[in-house]
Amino acid sequence: MCQPIKKYLTASLPNAHPLHTYGSVRKRVKCSFIYTYIHIGSESTIKIKMQFMLLFSRQGKLRLQKWYVPLSDKERKKISRDLVQTILARKPKMCSFLEWRDLKIVYKRYASLYFCCAVEDQDNELITLEIIHRYVELLDKYFGSVCELDIIFNFEKAYFILDEFLLGGEAQETSKKNVLKAIEQADLLQEEAEAPRSVLEEIGLT
Amino acid sequence: MSPSVRLQEMIRVIRGARTQGEERGVIQRECAAIRAQFRQADNGTRSHNLAKLLYVHMLGYPAHFGQMECVRLIASPRYNEKRVGYLGAMMLLDEKQDASLLITNSIKNDLSHNSQYVQSLALCTLACMGSAEMCRDLAPEIDRLLRASNSYIKKKAALCAVHIVRKVPDLGELFTPAARSLLCEKNHGVLHGAVVLITELCERNPDTLEQFRKVVPELVQIMKGLVMSGYSPEHNVAGISDPFLQVRILRLLRILGRNNDTASDAMNDLLAQVATNTDSSKTAGSAVLYETVLTVMDIKSESGLRVLAVNILGRFLLNNDRNIRYISMTSLQKIVQTDHNAVQRHRGTIVDCLKDQDASVKRRALELSLALVSAVNIRSLMKELLLFLSSCPPELRAHTTSGIFNAAERYAPSQRWHIDTILHVLTTAGGDVRDETVPNLIQLITTATELHCYTVHKLYRALITDISVQSLVQVACWCIGEYGDLLLRGECEETEPVQVTEDDVLDALETVLQSHMSSPATRGFALTATMKLSTRITHNVDRIRSIVSIYGSCIDVELQQRAVEYNALFKKYDHMRYRGSVCGAPSVIAKLPEYLLGGSGEPVPSSGLSHTVPGPATSTSGGDLLDLLGGLDVSPGE
Repeated sequence: MCQPIKKYLTASLPNAHPLHTYGSVRKRVKCSFIYTYIHIGSESTIKIKMQFMLLFSRQGKLRLQKWYVPLSDKERKKISRDLVQTILARKPKMCSFLEWRDLKIVYKRYASLYFCCAVEDQDNELITLEIIHRYVELLDKYFGSVCELDIIFNFEKAYFILDEFLLGGEAQETSKKNVLKAIEQADLLQEEAEAPRSVLEEIGLT
Repeated sequence: MSPSVRLQEMIRVIRGARTQGEERGVIQRECAAIRAQFRQADNGTRSHNLAKLLYVHMLGYPAHFGQMECVRLIASPRYNEKRVGYLGAMMLLDEKQDASLLITNSIKNDLSHNSQYVQSLALCTLACMGSAEMCRDLAPEIDRLLRASNSYIKKKAALCAVHIVRKVPDLGELFTPAARSLLCEKNHGVLHGAVVLITELCERNPDTLEQFRKVVPELVQIMKGLVMSGYSPEHNVAGISDPFLQVRILRLLRILGRNNDTASDAMNDLLAQVATNTDSSKTAGSAVLYETVLTVMDIKSESGLRVLAVNILGRFLLNNDRNIRYISMTSLQKIVQTDHNAVQRHRGTIVDCLKDQDASVKRRALELSLALVSAVNIRSLMKELLLFLSSCPPELRAHTTSGIFNAAERYAPSQRWHIDTILHVLTTAGGDVRDETVPNLIQLITTATELHCYTVHKLYRALITDISVQSLVQVACWCIGEYGDLLLRGECEETEPVQVTEDDVLDALETVLQSHMSSPATRGFALTATMKLSTRITHNVDRIRSIVSIYGSCIDVELQQRAVEYNALFKKYDHMRYRGSVCGAPSVIAKLPEYLLGGSGEPVPSSGLSHTVPGPATSTSGGDLLDLLGGLDVSPGE
């Protein structure tokens, strides 16, 4: 069975009293739970390169969130909120990179959407920018001149495309054409699976 | 109405809600409907309902009741339901949820499905949220897929293996043989996955690293092929052929070449080729060039190559693109210790970056400038740093001041310059300096005996201009108390002397004492200084007496105590006052001002006024003074 996270939390904090409850430990690490995560990481030896990708609008509404690290809903919400606020506070001409907690954030704004990736400190930020750009190109090709509304109303497709481009936080296919071809095929399969349902069910052959 | 339109309809309705309350209402209704649907038997709408739930979840509403539905949908034979089911699993389940274990079996089955798209769903989910247990269970399956499947699956299996190795490093050995053979593939996706996998294996296991050093020639060949190949429409990005793969290969070469001469030799030519042939006008090219530079600096490269790398970084510094400037400074920071002279050549550009608009760039430029300070350039560089301090963003101030102080301490060309620099910092950013600055500065001033006159005149001027900066005021008060006689004498060689009367000086000190801006510590300094002046001035001793006695009933305990003690000095020990207690302080160690600040609870003769050294000021070493204090049974002021 999965081990409860509180065990990792109390074990990895330097001065943690073993009788601390989850709640109070959370309070203590309120500002540094990313650090705590890294501790958990070293306990179970995870060294994730890309930790998450967020897409959000200029009003701070999340349009897509892909997490490559195990975090609870609450933690995810907090990270998203804090990070979104930090990025929205930056001026337009500023650098695309910023250090936040102990991660490096690479972000770029395309029209009304911010695309933001959190990578580990040793990563090549420029290639992450290229990854973001590639994802935008894929969306653009798929939706035909993509805009924010496309991503809002077809969010599951945006996820499918992302999952065909990145796997576990790493690029899996470097050819645009192949990614789009795979998506096309998968979409076809989906349509086939959806369409004949009524017919088959009528005959009784689900 | 087709079910997927209902999803979009729901999204439209939610977006149309004008208030948060309205939105909540809509969502509650929808969630209730979804829950009801989930409880029913399969009616063909499950996947759409889950999709709706996922949308609601993305808005921030709870969706845990959908977890079991994800498990059910993943087990469904229909592709559309599996697709949404797996998506839901990646969004709603993570390895901490118990439900995530329930999908292990489904994933296992789907990994051997005859449709590669189903296999791909399973691989993707495993790589995204697979727990250690799941990874252990499914590792053999992944290994099988690594060896015998089409390239579409192989590339995904490789990255899945990367995730498994990250979660359970011991399984690395399982994948090593398969990883090795994947390098022979032509498909870029598979190659990329293979390189990432090998990188991960080598980073975790030194033996594996040894093993893979043998493939350096092969990697060099692949890389050469990419660099020299003509235009390939499939992989071309801004003139670079598959920059993603190039960057990953370079990173792997870096790990393999680290601390190893043979491996490093084998890649020298390639790195030189990439460094010279890559067009860096667009980000893709710069990314490859950047990775090349990082690799060159990390392996045992020949010196010519290193110079080339530093020059590339220097070129990046001049790039119009702010991002490129930022990353170039990041890398220069890493090598400033080892290749100091090479980086020094670019000092001018780095210092210019201090004036950049962007805070991240400024921070990098600051770090780098501080690292580049040396005895040779200290004067000019300090000018720039002080200029930067006056306009730097507040979050960088503390760091800047401490950096400036450290640099000044190490390379100050003269004591006067040092004192001037510290004073300048205190006037510009006195609120952001560290606490030890005040005692450090006091100690510095004391040691610079020939500058006492100069210092006290400068500080007096600063004091009458502005008493808001506490650190500056404290030092100024101390100085005036200590060298008030020099101030009153009205002559100074190094600077324009101030012509003051005793009343002026006492006015200044009284202003500090009475100002609401002064902190209690500052008031303590001012009071002590006033007291010390009683031995240095002749006409206004009564005024000092009256000031001191007022504070005898001050609310602040510290001030009150001092005032009472000083009063006692006036009354009972007047004969000693001049000779002993408030005479010039010997040259002290930095600890002494703490004594002044502290004040103890002891009665006057052995009070915290620790310089109860009879006779004139002598330059004793710190050690002697402590002995003396120990002998007199004085407890250190706390």
